[in-house]
Amino acid sequence: MSETIILKGRCVVPGVAEGEALVTRERISGWGGVDPRTGTIVETRHELRGQSFAGKVLVFQGAKGSSGWSAQFHTARVMGTAPAAWLFNDMCTKVALGTVVSHSPAMTSFDRDPLDLIQTGDWVRVDADTGTVTITRGRHS
Amino acid sequence: MKLTDEEKAMRDGRDGRAVARAMDLLIRYGNALGAESFVETRNVCGTVTATTPFLRDFAMAKGGDDAVYSEFNLDSQEVVPVPRVKAFSSHLQLGFDPHHPELMGVDEQVVAFYRRSEAMAARMGVQLMNTCTPYQVGNVPTRGEHCAWMESSAVVYCNSVLGARTNTEGRESANAAMVTGRIPFWGFHLDEGRRGELGIQLDMPVESVEDWGLLGYWMGEWVQNRVAVVSGVGQVPNLPKLKHMGAAASSSGGVELFHLAGVTPEANTAEQAFGGRTPLDVRHYGPAERSATLARINEMGRDTQVDYVMLGCPHYTIEQIWEAACLLEGRKIHENCALWIFTPHAIKSLADRNGYTETIEKAGGLILTDSCSAMSRAVPKGTRVVAMDSVKQAHYLPAILGVQAWFGSTAQCIEAACTGRWRNA
Repeated sequence: MSETIILKGRCVVPGVAEGEALVTRERISGWGGVDPRTGTIVETRHELRGQSFAGKVLVFQGAKGSSGWSAQFHTARVMGTAPAAWLFNDMCTKVALGTVVSHSPAMTSFDRDPLDLIQTGDWVRVDADTGTVTITRGRHS
Repeated sequence: MKLTDEEKAMRDGRDGRAVARAMDLLIRYGNALGAESFVETRNVCGTVTATTPFLRDFAMAKGGDDAVYSEFNLDSQEVVPVPRVKAFSSHLQLGFDPHHPELMGVDEQVVAFYRRSEAMAARMGVQLMNTCTPYQVGNVPTRGEHCAWMESSAVVYCNSVLGARTNTEGRESANAAMVTGRIPFWGFHLDEGRRGELGIQLDMPVESVEDWGLLGYWMGEWVQNRVAVVSGVGQVPNLPKLKHMGAAASSSGGVELFHLAGVTPEANTAEQAFGGRTPLDVRHYGPAERSATLARINEMGRDTQVDYVMLGCPHYTIEQIWEAACLLEGRKIHENCALWIFTPHAIKSLADRNGYTETIEKAGGLILTDSCSAMSRAVPKGTRVVAMDSVKQAHYLPAILGVQAWFGSTAQCIEAACTGRWRNA
């Protein structure tokens, strides 16, 4: 039996989605930080450089950088490379607007830190409508 | 969110489909933030026009400029007719200088597509300032004025130096604010969000544009997105110095507001800026911090042969153009080097009139407008090593274009342009 963990949090963008987790404790830049054509992180010194977030559940601390954040993830959605869902800790206008225009479910303000509980490769179901995240340990762990 | 009758009427379509879609976006955005209400704004800065081949192709596939406007400016998949703006709206910098497409490496089709979208923005009532520094060319908000601005260096200037109130907006929220006059009442719009959290004590004089840029970069690296209060300012800094400080701080750390005790509008004293609270932490800034910051910014510099000198990030003021023209008078740019200076078009007109453009062009330099090298990804052909007087540009350009960067004073940069060599001070 695989281990299942339940997290509770606040809905940022409503909806339900699931996918493989991509986790980073580093903040994510939009403009100059991601390439929406390929759905990958391109920031020079980022630990996820070269990795794809397309169709994944992106678990991260928060947003940083230029006010072009939303426009980059908006373009990613139109190109079909946006994350399936978003889980993050620090709210700011960049991440609020960027997740809204991505149309993918998003949550924040969790009862426990998702960065401590979720590992890259875990299978994560995000039900933002009821404020529930269900984590199933991935094959790799 | 709690809506007023006016906001409900806009949401329900009284003012047309575009305004209804804009209110819908703002409500989704406000809910995402956890905001409880909107605040009225009559001052918006954002990007309205389209300058990329991707958007041109989208327009061709999806039914024209209205489709691009609806999707990318309002997050509306319903194609709505482009409305007029309700709030005073200023256009930010572009992805290229439309007056010099050949230097920018942009083909005529993209320029023609831009010209059409520029005409659309003008019909909407958007001011075509096309600059990252709207506060230089007719948009100077007053203290306490609620704004909805994009562009990190403009946001930090608006909040910190002018004492107006704005969060860092994005393309969609700024466009929605233009046509509704509303933005979520959250973050820096509230007194609570504007209080100092961290303290910085200056242990050395901070005087030149270079000094202020270095202090800003050091501050941003430490405070990240928290609000700092700087004490111990001697000589009062002017517009170019605070423009460079804020731009640097928003690049290294995402600073959206800082206070200078005794100088900026919400900090008659440090105590006032902290709102009666005790700072969480206080650090000192002195010669050791300054030189370590300078070394870190210049760590990408190896070759001293300079191919390109870029000035005007954020867009140069007329005072800075005057200084550059004085330093260049009677001199020539080195044959292996180029000098480009970026400024708002309105300020270039003044530089033309004052004779500075002629002086700079006689020396072999150029004044460009509407964009910069980081936004346009355009540099003179074959550029490997760039010198600049902006910490922000030195932070971004090596990452964006893979070039080497040297940062220093304006005089060092002009000297590099004329000799083709970088010399440390």
